[in-house]
Amino acid sequence: MKTLKSLLVSALLTLPVLASASTEHVVLDPAPIDNNDAASLQRGARMFVNYCLNCHAASHMRYNRLADIGISEEQIKDNLMFASEKIGDHMKVAMEAGDAAKWFGAQPPDLSVIARSRGADWLYTYLRTFYRDESRQTGWNNLTFPNVGMPHVLWELQGQQVLETPESEGGEHHGAHAAPKLVLAQAGTLSPKEYDAAVADLVNYLVFQGEPARAKRSQIGIVTLLFLGVLLVLAYALKKEYWKDVH
Amino acid sequence: MSQNPAPDGSKRRLLLGATSVVGALGAAFVATPFLTSMAPSARARAAGAPVEVDISKLEPGMMVTVEWRGRPVWIIHRTKEMLDALPGASDKVADPQSSQPLQPEYAKNATRSIKADIAVLVGICTHLGCSPSAKMMIGPDSGLGADWPGGFYCPCHGSKFDLAGRVFKGMPAPVNLTVPPHTYFTDTRLLVGEDKKGA
Amino acid sequence: MSKPAALVQWIDERFPLTATVKAHLSEYYAPKNFNFWYYFGSLALLVLVIQILSGIFLTMHYKADAASAFASVEYIMRDVPWGWLVRYIHSTGASMFFIVVYLHMFRGLLYGSYRKPRELLWIFGMLIYLCLMAEAFFGYLLPWGQMSYWGAQVIVNLFGAVPFVGEDLAVWIRGDYVVSDATLNRFFAFHVIAIPLVLLGLVAAHLVALHEVGSNNPDGIDIKKKKDPKTGIPLDGIPFHPYYTVKDIVGVVVFLMVFSIIIFFMPEVGGYFLEYNNFIPADPMKTPPHIAPVWYFTPYYAMLRAVPAMFGSQFPGVIVMGAAVVIFFLLPWLDRGKVRSIRYRGPLFKTALAVFAVSFVILGWLGVQPTDFLGKVGELETATLLARIFTVIYFLFFLAMPWYTSIDKEQPEPARVTG
Repeated sequence: MKTLKSLLVSALLTLPVLASASTEHVVLDPAPIDNNDAASLQRGARMFVNYCLNCHAASHMRYNRLADIGISEEQIKDNLMFASEKIGDHMKVAMEAGDAAKWFGAQPPDLSVIARSRGADWLYTYLRTFYRDESRQTGWNNLTFPNVGMPHVLWELQGQQVLETPESEGGEHHGAHAAPKLVLAQAGTLSPKEYDAAVADLVNYLVFQGEPARAKRSQIGIVTLLFLGVLLVLAYALKKEYWKDVH
Repeated sequence: MSQNPAPDGSKRRLLLGATSVVGALGAAFVATPFLTSMAPSARARAAGAPVEVDISKLEPGMMVTVEWRGRPVWIIHRTKEMLDALPGASDKVADPQSSQPLQPEYAKNATRSIKADIAVLVGICTHLGCSPSAKMMIGPDSGLGADWPGGFYCPCHGSKFDLAGRVFKGMPAPVNLTVPPHTYFTDTRLLVGEDKKGA
Repeated sequence: MSKPAALVQWIDERFPLTATVKAHLSEYYAPKNFNFWYYFGSLALLVLVIQILSGIFLTMHYKADAASAFASVEYIMRDVPWGWLVRYIHSTGASMFFIVVYLHMFRGLLYGSYRKPRELLWIFGMLIYLCLMAEAFFGYLLPWGQMSYWGAQVIVNLFGAVPFVGEDLAVWIRGDYVVSDATLNRFFAFHVIAIPLVLLGLVAAHLVALHEVGSNNPDGIDIKKKKDPKTGIPLDGIPFHPYYTVKDIVGVVVFLMVFSIIIFFMPEVGGYFLEYNNFIPADPMKTPPHIAPVWYFTPYYAMLRAVPAMFGSQFPGVIVMGAAVVIFFLLPWLDRGKVRSIRYRGPLFKTALAVFAVSFVILGWLGVQPTDFLGKVGELETATLLARIFTVIYFLFFLAMPWYTSIDKEQPEPARVTG
């Protein structure tokens, strides 16, 4: 029993070591986030509803919160909601809970706060590093999230990338094999630049969805600091005045 | 070490006053979000959202009940007979002109409704909150006397209301039944809980 | 007599209002040379009040149920008006509490505030520190994220490492065989009422003990030794009110500015105040790749990891980690120096304290990282080797103190404070 316990504790404590060995340091591209760009956020919201809500839920996000990024209730109801839902409802997933696990091997995670756990850069990179992989059940793999169960939902927009492992050429790459590269084998409906911009919109929206109060809190912060600045000047003057007595 | 000037009383008072005022303002700024956090949340507001009702199948003389903000709301399709009985009841009810603010402006009329034949009433007695029973039959068959114009009877303390929700004189209930804000999308679809948009 | 004065007199006949205000504020004499390090006591009290207030308002909306806890936190962040602000105040306040308390404790080390006759004051303070760690630990489970769950799992398993009774002890603490809804509910009870009550009692005791002997000061000398012959007031003393009330207000405003910068512009502080993994709902089936406790526990965590398993058990690591906290209690008796303040200490103590402070910070940094982040030296992880070295240094600060403080070449203390 004692050995079992100590094994358990040691195992738990060595998990960080094991796991960090498997997550090779993937280089993440910086995501161009602008929480004041309402147009980008709205495009991202539309992409999210059209492409993501089929399998993922955003069960902490209410439809009527989209008003924060400048979409009116009418527009939300007409373009972004199923007929049976109410404007105050949460964004539930279209799929049944059990089906996802059956089809993809794992329950697609809820995306309400995905931007806070994974980070914007990770999401931006992830959505652009899918490539064809016939050995996978879905036919897709991903450089940022190896062996992910998710297919490349946006493939029609991006096109199809393949992974090329170039042979070491000449003496320029001092011995070590060059990193595998993603190459666009078949173009999609968007050019690479357009696709990057579309993904940026989607990630921008996901950041908003992760914390809808984000824009507001910076604004209030500035007012608060200005106020405290005034109070500091007064409090300091008061202190100095009283401390004239002390020598 | 250095000379000790007499404390400048007026400067001290001024600084103390200014700092206290700004400080008190700050305290008010801090208190506001905390106190506001106790107001109904988005969840409560969603649960209290307006309710759409389809009354295309509501026959004359029939009543349907929907729930809005946790309370029963009655929608009654009044017959011609019932409407004709209303003026006669006016001298028996406590507030025939609906002078108490228990209804939106558009329901401050003889029938206390937008459409004369559709009554929309919150089914909670204005005495102590029980839900009255429907006694819509006019006359003695209702068990409430020969001149009963049809209406509602509250079993808890005996308050009576007519088919426009007006409380009879001498009842424990002090005022008429509440008419909730409502608006019609079409003749047969009504929204309980919200006034006409733009109104 | 004016109305307010008459009211005060009415109260004074029934309650020692004026007497208390005089004894503890307007006629309580504190040394006049308090410096930057002396802000942190009143700031700690402020943070306690902030945590209690924000905590009360969070409890109005939080649900202590494994099925709804995570969702209730998102409900607070999104649906409750200003809920996001109350939450950030509470999460930032938790970390700020430790920053303030660590600086407050360091002041004690700098100026010998734990020395006679303030040993009991120091002990109350250390008990407050222990309660604070427990309060933070219990509170951290409540959001029911991945870090909450697995952090609690690992720490409760440490109790499981106690020989003989460990297994039963761990089950009793959890109320279940693994961290579960039962654990969440009782941690909620501990966090919301049990420990706050104990904390309030200890803070009261801490202040009573302080006022009994009076504050220390940066010169470490006893101001009561030189009193005005006529009034009996210490020559180097000034009434706490108005001088330190007005000075502490400045401290409070500066603190609130720092607090506001964090809350409004960077509440996560790069994942140190609000950990990224905690935005993933707790999953008993899946351990996150890198579990680390919150930053304020990491020095002790580094020590725990540094101690190798002995006799097939992790228990020695637990002992070392516990000893690292408990040894603070012994400080008043380990210090054999003749002067209190670092200003008059000899080079041995000054070096020892500097090295200790650096070790504490480095241990904290090591505790945040995965153990393999510096590669290996032979068979051993470099990070583990470093953690072992600094753990030894940490303990040597205390264990060798009776020796180096008694042979240290100290300066004479001044008779009056020097500012």
